[in-house]
This record gives sequence, structure tokens and C-alpha cells, in this order.
Amino acid sequence: MSQGINIYLYFSKVFTGDMFMAVGQDRPGLISRTVTYIGRRSDLIWDLLLEHLWLIIVSISIAVVVSVILGVIISYKSSLAATVLTICQIMMTIPSMAMLAFMVPFFGIGFTTGVVALILYSLLPIVRNTYTGIKEISPAVVESAVGMGMTEWRVLTKIKIPLARPVIMAGIRTATVMIVGIGAIAAYVGAGGLGELIFQGISRSHEPMIIVGAIGVSIIALAFDFVLSWGERRLAAVGKVREAKQ
Amino acid sequence: MIKIENVTKKFPGMEIPAVKDLNLEIKEGDICVLVGPSGCGKTTTMKMINRIHEPTSGSIYIDGQDALKMNPIKLRLDIGYVIQEIGLFPHMTIEENVATVPNEKKWPKEKTKKKVAEMLTLVGLDPELHGKRYPSELSGGQRQRVGVARAMATDPPIMLMDEPFGAVDPITRAKLQNEFLRIQERVGKTIVFVTHDIDEAIKMGDTIAVMRDGELVQHASPNDLLSAPADEFVSSLVGRNRSIKRLHLIRIREILSDLDRPKPAKVDTSVDDIRKQLDESDIRSVMVVDRDNKLKGIIGINDLKKKTGEQAADYIQELDQSVTSDATLNDALSVMLECGEGYVAVVNEDDQYQGTITLGDLLNVVKEDE
Repeated sequence: MSQGINIYLYFSKVFTGDMFMAVGQDRPGLISRTVTYIGRRSDLIWDLLLEHLWLIIVSISIAVVVSVILGVIISYKSSLAATVLTICQIMMTIPSMAMLAFMVPFFGIGFTTGVVALILYSLLPIVRNTYTGIKEISPAVVESAVGMGMTEWRVLTKIKIPLARPVIMAGIRTATVMIVGIGAIAAYVGAGGLGELIFQGISRSHEPMIIVGAIGVSIIALAFDFVLSWGERRLAAVGKVREAKQ
Repeated sequence: MIKIENVTKKFPGMEIPAVKDLNLEIKEGDICVLVGPSGCGKTTTMKMINRIHEPTSGSIYIDGQDALKMNPIKLRLDIGYVIQEIGLFPHMTIEENVATVPNEKKWPKEKTKKKVAEMLTLVGLDPELHGKRYPSELSGGQRQRVGVARAMATDPPIMLMDEPFGAVDPITRAKLQNEFLRIQERVGKTIVFVTHDIDEAIKMGDTIAVMRDGELVQHASPNDLLSAPADEFVSSLVGRNRSIKRLHLIRIREILSDLDRPKPAKVDTSVDDIRKQLDESDIRSVMVVDRDNKLKGIIGINDLKKKTGEQAADYIQELDQSVTSDATLNDALSVMLECGEGYVAVVNEDDQYQGTITLGDLLNVVKEDE
């Protein structure tokens, strides 16, 4: 409860204009304290930011491989599709705290647990988009590829995956942005990252730490979103009209 | 060349077989058209030849070899395949699309490149201009051409075509059909051609196989089909106006040489000469060509009164449409009806004037037949 009141107080301070000097106190306001904190602990913040990035990159890389393979498999075995997609969906509905706590007995405390949890969370968007991306390809395109004598493997790698790629990329982007946020909570099981700042800030009632952690997470999320949506647009442009270039 | 023996196909979960005990033999170099209403099993029959569908029972021989015992990939690489929606790969350029089978056969790059350019030229596309484009940048007719070029890229002896000219307007379709027949005259492939359009069947087919409810009703030459339909179904499919349908079977060049037509005027012929020519005969107009014998237009008696000038060039009315000499009489008729004129100019591939066909000529042909 006191946590909630604290958070309320930060915001009331920030938004009532008294941003540099706390009301009735002779210590500096929130923003100037945050700036001071960043200046003082920039090494730590930078390390945690990189750690957070690393956690996300490792998790999403593994998740992409696993999910695309899963998505391709269920595009061939439609009987499995509903089951696999439902399981992935259930994964997403498990609260992250519960999921992490549940993982600890199996993977211990630390980076691995965080990665495993993040992979499980990112399955659904990628598996689902891979599946629909492949299913939405015009049957005529696939049939003419098969009819001309392409092997199933060639059809998959030359036709199906390239055509589904923009949709798969959209899934990867959704998953990445989502697990950047969940990644902060993974600090709870010792996976490191900016979550550590947030958790420590809360337990020490040290507002600047919380703010730096939260803003750092947002910056990472926005950066991923920017880079991946750029990639998505590039891929979607393939096969579209390119008259401007000619 | 292709022999289909007692073939039956039953799709899982269906009570009635899609194809029932079918026997069909297609000779080398022939176009065999499978025709019939939708659901008659014509497409299924075609797709069993390259084993997109596996027959439930029966056998299919290609050049005496049992197709059902061959490796399906190897079988398909030697059979050109064009389907209704063409199915060009939207993420690949036209060149890459046409290079599909050469790439699957692992041809050297140079050979593939040469062949792709050759095929695009063959179907009337410019490799320089169109090769690097994507399918979405092409018109419907151009896409159909690419589909044909892609299917023929490695010179397969057999081609399967499922309504390859289906998705374009009638004029473009007639043009594509004529071009394809011209190519076929040169390459002489064995072709299985599926359509629901009896007119197209009569025009394209060396033989026509009429199917109904998965069974073969009649397999005959277009002429025999028109003169002796096997039963009610075939005659209703062929329709009543058989003499008009016969116009599909005759090419313009076949009757053009027998026609006695006045010589065309040149662009620099004087008006007096033209007037004299028209006055002396009972014709009311004369075609005009340039020095290379290219068709420029037409001058009618009335045009001479309306305008002034000394040379033919001053009076020319441009023509909206012309036909090539390998078009059928039916194509000529459609053009006449469309332009609302009783004649149509005939040109060759380079737009050089070959002659004129009139409505009267068509009537004569139909009369002779009956």
C-alpha cells in the first residue's frame, strides 16, 4: 500500500510543477535528483542496459528459430495447429511473476530462467504469424511451384518462407517489444537487466532508480520497434510495385 | 505419347468419383482439349498426368513409361505447367520466374539467362523492358504470357494448360490464342489443354475430349465433333449455330489468297487516281499503305467529298482494329461486329497489309460448308 502512495506522490510532484524542489522539504526535486543519479551511476546504468539488451536478443533469437519451425510444422499438419496455438496462447495468459517463480525449481536463479520465460512468452505472436503467413499464400502460387517440379523443401525455402516473411517479421516485432517489458520483471529471478534498478528502487524508496529503469526499458522497446518496423517495411516492399525506381 | 488407361480418381470423403474409368490417348504433337462443364473432372484428369493428384486406380503412360512409377519430381520437371490463376511468384522478378525450372534442373547461369531472354521474346515480351519487373507491375495479358514462357523454359515435350487464357478480356484472349498456336506450329509440343469454353476448344484443339460427370463422352477432331456429336449432351454443348462455330476452324490466310481484291493505294497516290479507281469498281473504299506496305488507314468515297487535298495521305481515316492472317474467321467476325463495319483489314506480324476480309466472304464460307 505504501508503495502505491509513493508512486502517487512522485507523479503529483512531477505534474504540479514543483519538479526541482520537493514540497515542504529542503532536498532537490525528482528530476534534478534523477539527473544527478544518472551522472553518478552512469556505469552501472549502462551495464544494466546492455545486460537487458543481451537478455532480449538471446531470448528472441532462440524464440524465432523455435517458433518459425513450430509454425512451419503446423502449417503442414493442420490437425496440430489448433492445439499448438492454444498452448501458446495459454503461455501468454500466465502472469509473468507466476511464470518466473514456476521456472526457478527447474532452471535455478539467473539468466537462463529469464531467457526460458521470455521465449515462452514470445512463442505465440511468431508461431501464429508464421502459420497464417504461410496459409495466406495463394494456393495457385504453391500449386504451380509443385507442378513445375520443385521439391517440398525448395517450395518451403524459395516460395513459402520468403512470401510469409513480412508477416513473420511483424510477429517478431510484436514479440520483441512485448518481452522487453517482461524482461524487466525477469530481474526478480536474477536474470539481470534494468529490472534490477526498478526492484531496488522500489525496495529502497529510491525514486530516481525506478525512473531510470523504466525509461531505459521504454527506450529499448522503442529502439527495437523502430529497427524491426524498418526491416518489416523493407521486406514488404519486395514484390510490390517499384515503379519509382525505374 | 500420353495414354490414360482405366483411370479412376476418388477424392477422400467424396461418394462419387471425380473421374470414372477414363481412357484417353493423346498423340505426339497434338493439342488435346478437355472440355466440359465445371465439376466434370477435366482439371482432375489433367492434374493426374503430372501427379498433382494421384489416380485411385488405373495407369498413365508417357512415351510408354508408367508415369505412376516415376519419381514425381523428375516427371514434373519435364512437363510444362500453366494453371488458371497463372501462379507467378510475386516476390520474384519476371526473369526469376521464367528461370524456375532451369534453376531446378541446375542449368549453368549463362545458359539460363540466354534461355530466359529467348522465351520472353518468343511470347512477345521485351527481356530488357519486362525482365526485371515484378508480376504485380504487369497487365493480365502479360502475366499470362510469362506463365507460358515459364512453362516452356526447358522445352518440355509435354505441356499441361488449365484455362491459361481465362483471366483476360476476349480480344486479348483471341490474340494470345493465335500467338500460342503460332508458337505451337514451330515447337510441336504435346499439349493437354483444359477449358470450359467450347469455342476455345474448337479453335485450339487438334482433338477435343468432351467430359461429363467424370466420364469421357466423345473424343474427336473439332470437325467431327461439329458434324457428328455423339449424343444430346455434346450437341447442346456445341450449340445450334454450328456453322458459325466452324468459323473457328478456318484461318484467314486459308481464304485470303483466293479472294480478288483491289490493290491498296499508297500514301502519295493522287486523289484523282483513287477517285477513278473507286468510280470504276463497285467498291466504296480503298485501303492505304505506306512505302513499307504498312497499313495506314482507309479512304471511303464519302471521305473524298468531305475533305480537300491532293494526296491520299490527306484523306486517311485511321482503322481501330485489324487482324493478323493467322487469326480465325471468327476473330475477324468479332472485330467486324465490334467496329460496326462490314470489313476488316488483314496484316502480318509487322503490320504490313495482306488483304481485306468482308462479311460477304464469311457468308460464302458458311454457305459452302452447308
